[in-house]
Amino acid sequence: MNALPSPAAAGNPAGAGRLALQALMVAGLALLAALPWLGADDYLIAVGINILQYGVLATAWALFSGPTRYVSLATVAFFGIGAYTAAVVGETLPWPAVLAVALGISVVLALVVGLATLRLSGVHFVIFTFGLAELVHQLVNWYEVNVTRTLGRYLFVDITQVQIYWQLLALLVGVLATGWAIRRSRLGLALQVIGDDEVVARHVGIDTTRAKLLLFAISAGFIGLAGAVMAPRWTYIDPAIAFNPVISFQVLIMALLGGANRLFGPLLGVLPVAILFELLSGSFPNHFMILLGLVFMAIVYFIPNGLFGLLQRRRHRAGKEGSK
Amino acid sequence: MNTRRSFLRRSALLTASAASLAFATLAAGPAAAQAGPDKIRIGWAVAKTGPNAPGVATTVLPNYKLWVEEINAAGGIQLKSGKRVPVEVVEYDDRSSSEEAVRAIERLVTQDKVDFILPPWGTGTNLAVGPTFHKHGYPLLAATAVTDRAPDLVKRWPNAFFFLGTGHGYGEALVSYLEQERKAGKIGTKVAMMSVADGFGVDLGGAARKVVAKHGFELVYDKTYPVGTQDLSPMLNEIKALAPDVFIAFSYPPDTLGITDQAKVIGFNPKVFYTGVGTQFPLYKNKFGANVDGVMSLGGIDADDPAVQAYFRRHKEVTGQEPDRFASPIVWVSLQMLQQAIERVGVDRAAVSKELAGGTFDTILGQVKLVDRQWPKLWWVGQWQDGEFRGIAPTDRAGARPAVIPKPAWKP
Repeated sequence: MNALPSPAAAGNPAGAGRLALQALMVAGLALLAALPWLGADDYLIAVGINILQYGVLATAWALFSGPTRYVSLATVAFFGIGAYTAAVVGETLPWPAVLAVALGISVVLALVVGLATLRLSGVHFVIFTFGLAELVHQLVNWYEVNVTRTLGRYLFVDITQVQIYWQLLALLVGVLATGWAIRRSRLGLALQVIGDDEVVARHVGIDTTRAKLLLFAISAGFIGLAGAVMAPRWTYIDPAIAFNPVISFQVLIMALLGGANRLFGPLLGVLPVAILFELLSGSFPNHFMILLGLVFMAIVYFIPNGLFGLLQRRRHRAGKEGSK
Repeated sequence: MNTRRSFLRRSALLTASAASLAFATLAAGPAAAQAGPDKIRIGWAVAKTGPNAPGVATTVLPNYKLWVEEINAAGGIQLKSGKRVPVEVVEYDDRSSSEEAVRAIERLVTQDKVDFILPPWGTGTNLAVGPTFHKHGYPLLAATAVTDRAPDLVKRWPNAFFFLGTGHGYGEALVSYLEQERKAGKIGTKVAMMSVADGFGVDLGGAARKVVAKHGFELVYDKTYPVGTQDLSPMLNEIKALAPDVFIAFSYPPDTLGITDQAKVIGFNPKVFYTGVGTQFPLYKNKFGANVDGVMSLGGIDADDPAVQAYFRRHKEVTGQEPDRFASPIVWVSLQMLQQAIERVGVDRAAVSKELAGGTFDTILGQVKLVDRQWPKLWWVGQWQDGEFRGIAPTDRAGARPAVIPKPAWKP
């Protein structure tokens, strides 16, 4: 587990296999995008929205937390800011401008916060990010109560469920493409080193703070965008709805289940957990929490390294036996 | 007594069904063969867990269970054809999340294909599911949503109905009611107000703040506190030192209990003592006993009305708990209206919405017709008197009691 396999080593069979994989991905994407036309009913789209939302959040979370191993619980701070921004300016600006504003505010906040805190490490950082989400929540609350004197905003824009679905799908493609590009850049390499040993990284001349800050801001930007995209679905938004801390924990669990240091790892975690949530709350609405707790215990106990780690170990073992 | 009543009910039922059968065969003739549905599927997704769960467990779910129980005990909802059709329930937990609620409603519509959906609890959740109800043409009887936007929302969503008024309505009505009492010489001009920093407190506090001066009052204290504040005694001590005539707290249930408790401890007993949500709950009376007398809040009931009394009795019998004295009866009338609308026009959602909007209904709160798809008969102010939370304003409404001012002293 110590030595992270390089991206090239993972795609060993190379050439044809890689091409087939890419073709498969494009085909899958086209299928997902066409889903609303292929007779998927509203419920299926609603489930799709849920999966895509967490897909974007978990992948964006892992963009920063995967390589650096800084566990962030601030997901909902940026998600909530995006949603709240949409609620504030959603009825006055055209929709693309709303998204741009949400993106801008999330990135600026991440830069300011990151500058002050990315020198923290380990559990201090975890606690700080959890506090950050609550701080932003209370600041928005304070502002609304004492300055605007209205709490709870209404967002009426003509955005249908299917349009939200498409926006999230586009966002997922965007965050995956960004992650892919970063892995192939100098920044990606720098982050790998930071993740393995920050002291070494500094000694070989990497500006660690700058690298972390940049990635934190990119990750926050995607999370904020996801919040803005989701906001029209709720009509009514107040700080308690926008800054619900459960979102941060779910994202964390999903990403860790899948495997946070692979690009597609978080997605691998999102799919089973989101579908499981859906099945449990559909079939056992009264025992949801108990069953959920049991499932989480099972995950932590049996798959501590994430699904991706599990798959890799399997393949590794199979390879060894094959060579004997 | 019990056996006699159930016997009576059974024989009444038999006569009714025999009569309706006869009527059906006479009136419907050959059309009776097509009969219609053999059950009506009712769905709901309410918060069984999370922060909204206490509201659901007090106000919403007991009413839903009572409604289903009464209908099925009577053999079902009686359709125009005379046939009685039992209801079948599909229920989900929205876990107090807007997103879960939206998805659960989609599931009820497209997977479970229910005929009607009963609403969730609270303003935020009702508004979150509003567009989904609208998209699929399901009537939304928002019986527990208090929103200043209700008049706009009914224009936007032609199938939506609002039953609990606007925050502005309660704030304005309270202050103008207090003005009457001031003119009658019962209270002075000093008002102290504290409100919870959440939707409810901000809306009602904002409305009251705007009109205090207009009604000749002086606001000597006006502060908010965050949701979940444990210790409110510093604020209460400050307020006590100002010796206001009127004390208003737009509070949530935990704070309502805390404020009342603390006021009693420090002996703060203004002429008007008003607390927010929770004051109308049976729990409040259980906790403070005779000390509830004189405490004011929003909502209320006409406790002498036999129809209201009968509803309270049935609620206690079937669910084992008392309803609250504010939204519970309103939730119940919304269910009565839905049932009567189905009886009149059948399992046809568009026709039911139309009937709800224009029809007159026989409810435990009298004969009522909605005005602009909003419930017109609310108690804006109520007060605990002789162990019951009674409506006192609007003062010209039938059953309104004169208020007891000044509030009696706290008993040890």
